[in-house]
Amino acid sequence: MTVREDRAEKGKRELVCIGCPLGCMITVTCKDGQILTVSGNTCKKGDQYARNEVTNPERMVTTTVRLADRPHETVSVKSERSIPKEKIFDFVKALKMVEVKAPVHISDVILSDVAGTGVAAVATVNRL
Amino acid sequence: MLSYDIVIVGGGPAGLAAAASAREQGIESVLILERDHTLGGILNQCIHNGFGLHTFKEELTGPEYAARFIDRVNELGIEYKLNTMVMDISSEKCITAMNREEGLFQIRAKAVILAMGCRERPRGALNIPGYRPAGIFSAGTAQRLVNMEGYLPGREVVILGSGDIGLIMARRMTLEGAKVKLVAELMPYSGGLKRNIVQCLDDFGIPLKLSHTVIDIDGKERVKGVTVAQVDEHRKPIPGTEEYISCDTLLLSVGLIPENELSRGMGVDMEPVTSGPVVNESLETNVEGVFACGNVLHVHDLVDYVSEEAAAAGKNAARYIREGAKRAEQAGCVELAAEGGVRYTVPKYIHTDRMEEKLTVRFRVGDVYKGCYICTYFDDTCVKRQKRPVMAPGEMEEIKLQKQKLEEYPDLKKITIRIEKGGE
Amino acid sequence: MYDVVIIGAGVTGCAIARELSRYQVKACVLEKCEDVCCGTSKANSAIAHAGFDALPGTKKALFNIRGSEMMEAVSKELDFPFVKNGSLVVCRKEKDLPKLQELYDRGIQNGVKDMRIIGREEVHEMEPNLADGVLAALYAPTAGIVCPFGMTIAYAENAAVNGIEFRFDTEVNAVRKEEEGYVIHTTRGEFRTRAIVNAAGVYADAIHNMVSGEKLHITPRRGDYCLLDHTAGEHVARTVFPLPGEYGKGVLVAPTVHGNLILGPTAVDVENKEETCVRQEELDYLLDKVGHSVKNIPIRQVITSFAGLRAHEDSDDFVLGEAKDARNFFDAAGIESPGLTSAPAIGVWMAEQIQESLQLPVNPEFIPNRKGILNPAELPMEKRNELIRQKPEYGTIICRCEMISEGEIMDAIHRPVGARSLDGVKRRTRAGMGRCQSGFCSPRTMEILERELGLPMEELTKSGGESKIIVGINKDRW
Repeated sequence: MTVREDRAEKGKRELVCIGCPLGCMITVTCKDGQILTVSGNTCKKGDQYARNEVTNPERMVTTTVRLADRPHETVSVKSERSIPKEKIFDFVKALKMVEVKAPVHISDVILSDVAGTGVAAVATVNRL
Repeated sequence: MLSYDIVIVGGGPAGLAAAASAREQGIESVLILERDHTLGGILNQCIHNGFGLHTFKEELTGPEYAARFIDRVNELGIEYKLNTMVMDISSEKCITAMNREEGLFQIRAKAVILAMGCRERPRGALNIPGYRPAGIFSAGTAQRLVNMEGYLPGREVVILGSGDIGLIMARRMTLEGAKVKLVAELMPYSGGLKRNIVQCLDDFGIPLKLSHTVIDIDGKERVKGVTVAQVDEHRKPIPGTEEYISCDTLLLSVGLIPENELSRGMGVDMEPVTSGPVVNESLETNVEGVFACGNVLHVHDLVDYVSEEAAAAGKNAARYIREGAKRAEQAGCVELAAEGGVRYTVPKYIHTDRMEEKLTVRFRVGDVYKGCYICTYFDDTCVKRQKRPVMAPGEMEEIKLQKQKLEEYPDLKKITIRIEKGGE
Repeated sequence: MYDVVIIGAGVTGCAIARELSRYQVKACVLEKCEDVCCGTSKANSAIAHAGFDALPGTKKALFNIRGSEMMEAVSKELDFPFVKNGSLVVCRKEKDLPKLQELYDRGIQNGVKDMRIIGREEVHEMEPNLADGVLAALYAPTAGIVCPFGMTIAYAENAAVNGIEFRFDTEVNAVRKEEEGYVIHTTRGEFRTRAIVNAAGVYADAIHNMVSGEKLHITPRRGDYCLLDHTAGEHVARTVFPLPGEYGKGVLVAPTVHGNLILGPTAVDVENKEETCVRQEELDYLLDKVGHSVKNIPIRQVITSFAGLRAHEDSDDFVLGEAKDARNFFDAAGIESPGLTSAPAIGVWMAEQIQESLQLPVNPEFIPNRKGILNPAELPMEKRNELIRQKPEYGTIICRCEMISEGEIMDAIHRPVGARSLDGVKRRTRAGMGRCQSGFCSPRTMEILERELGLPMEELTKSGGESKIIVGINKDRW
């Protein structure tokens, strides 16, 4: 049992939704690992976020990789979709040795299945 | 001399959106002047995601958001000059610019859109005591070094100020291998978005100390540590609360200042609260045909609002080009007053006949308000009360004014926006 | 074997080096920092004093007057910024009026020209932002403002062009007397020389005491300053002093030659000769005091605060000339205010002393003139465009606050005694000195330094030593 589940079982969690800049305060009540109520959200996304956050929190990851022959330029990348929160550092570390050659275009896959997440790192910038 | 209908100073999010909008309104002769080597402005170094939810209904990173607008500008065939610094703009809208290919040159513009963005407040403005060693960076400088060049400016970091760039950089530096020991915020509330506190600090166990500041910087050559202390309600350090934190880097995220040197030079009136130009409903300054949008006008929290505002400025500038000479002389106009917790409004004046059917008025509040109302008064009459669960200085607020509604009050002199508590 | 080794590359050491280069001499300047102008010379009021402060008969009085008289011509010869803007010592109390008269009388004795005591109406007309309570002032039109970096660098460059060597990052550990002269032990090896000039600022007592039995004692007297943005630069036109107090000339308000406004200094005696940290209580005191002589100072326009150390010798005067018990060991010690003003005169006088002692022949190839870094902003449009056609880097602005081009930064790096750090570039070109305090331009200036010096980014410093800017690359510790 992870710490998070442990907390979820204690009954009540207060969350700040990160779905959009509004930052709604959401309260989730749980019993025996089951979510009973979600309140405080202003939209459906908030409800979904809160449910995920107490069971399987996920995050988008953004970082950089090196660009061959251009010491002053990086290629910014992101996880194609959100990954489990506890995998954030593994995701970043797996990109340590990655160096790409120009041209690079937005959405180009830089590394697939990063750190066993099944999620690719894709370029978020054009380097021509 | 070169001559254009509309010259846009700055090729960041505001300049790009303004240019696209002006062109879509049918103005062919549009030129963007950009000082950097690419379009996109500061978005290029904001590689985190969270941009574009309003504009594109999806979350993009900064460079991706910029690329959408750059693509649009290219599709529309809008001219731009890169690596070009605008040195001066005269009140007659003659622009002096410089780049390495053309040298110093002048451009005559019928309309100018100011979209220069903002800069960070430096340490000097804070007058922090202590030494002046290497290792003190504004958060944006660190952001450029880490995100665009791949260099780490520090291993052990203390961040002063909880503005969004500071929060974002806490996460970025953590991910790249630095240890962020603390974020200290002078005010009793954060200057950044709540979600950034969650995903940039809480996720990584980085402490945020509100009502704290840095009172000393140690280290003659490179930062060795900082002393942090709690502050009282007058923001003065409380003796006995000092704590020394060893670190090699101090990042400052203590606010942004619109970059209006060019605007001042051409005689544009400034609003002291925003440090941006005073504008009317068309986002036009007191200098006829000179418009302002984006962070040069007032510092925004979200780029989506910058794009929206800039599109309006582009449209209004286009209209000025089409109708400028024919515009009715203004007898009078309605003034907007910011009171009761509202720090300022953009715009500041409204010519009712020139406004669109709906006009967005943007502002910021001076404190954290919970369960309060944004109240709109037409002279002494309260015409609207809108409840907001939470308002904070770090987040921009807006209301919409209906032209139709204003026309119902022909003698209207002043619109007041104020925050009022519930139940009143 | 050198004829002369000058210890210290501040304004005094550099002025002496330049004046010495008028003679045929093998000479070298040793500096513990990475550049010239790194100590007291870089953090002071930047004032060329008229000369009424020092007591008649003191060396301070003598060299102040001489230096003040030389400044305009030297600034033209060596092309550094100097403006004769005049100064006012303001008086706010009836009972203090005699003190103003006393200063005037002292000035007359010292030989200050054209001074006047002026009344309330005239002084407020001259300076509309003076505090309302100002009753009268001593007006000295011969006072000026100078760029201390520009002046020190100008002297150093001209000295270097005329054959004087400069060794940086070279700290003197010990000096040993030998038959022929001296051996100087440094962090970068030994230097043998016939004569030594001690221009080591706050460390001049330590250097002196290595060879002389007649001990000197220098107290570092720290002064905190605030610098305001160009928007505040015209708040006063003249340098405004209060009546002098126990610790010197008091807190002044002055424009700078680059259009900023400077406030300061405070005065606190400290023990540590490196204690250039700004203190909150000093800043508070400073901002309170300036309001007594000038009103409505736009404090929000402060772009930086900094502190400098004055080298205050116990005798309260400059210590100049050959040490009594150490032949060919020349002191230029205790050089505190009016040291900057006096530097041209000290340089000339000291070079003469050394020449007499060592019997140096005149240098027939001496080049008296130096041209500063080209400032394209001062050129008319056509000339500027011609320049950009020849060297396109002059068309690329790097520092957007001060509008400094890549060409100027490259020039600063490649000149004699060129810049090797961000601060070195800043002091030579002003890139990074503006309102954003190098936030935008420092990464770009670093790229230029990397390219022009062939140093990796990780080796570049803010100001030499351990002041590295970059500590690694992304993910290097993962």
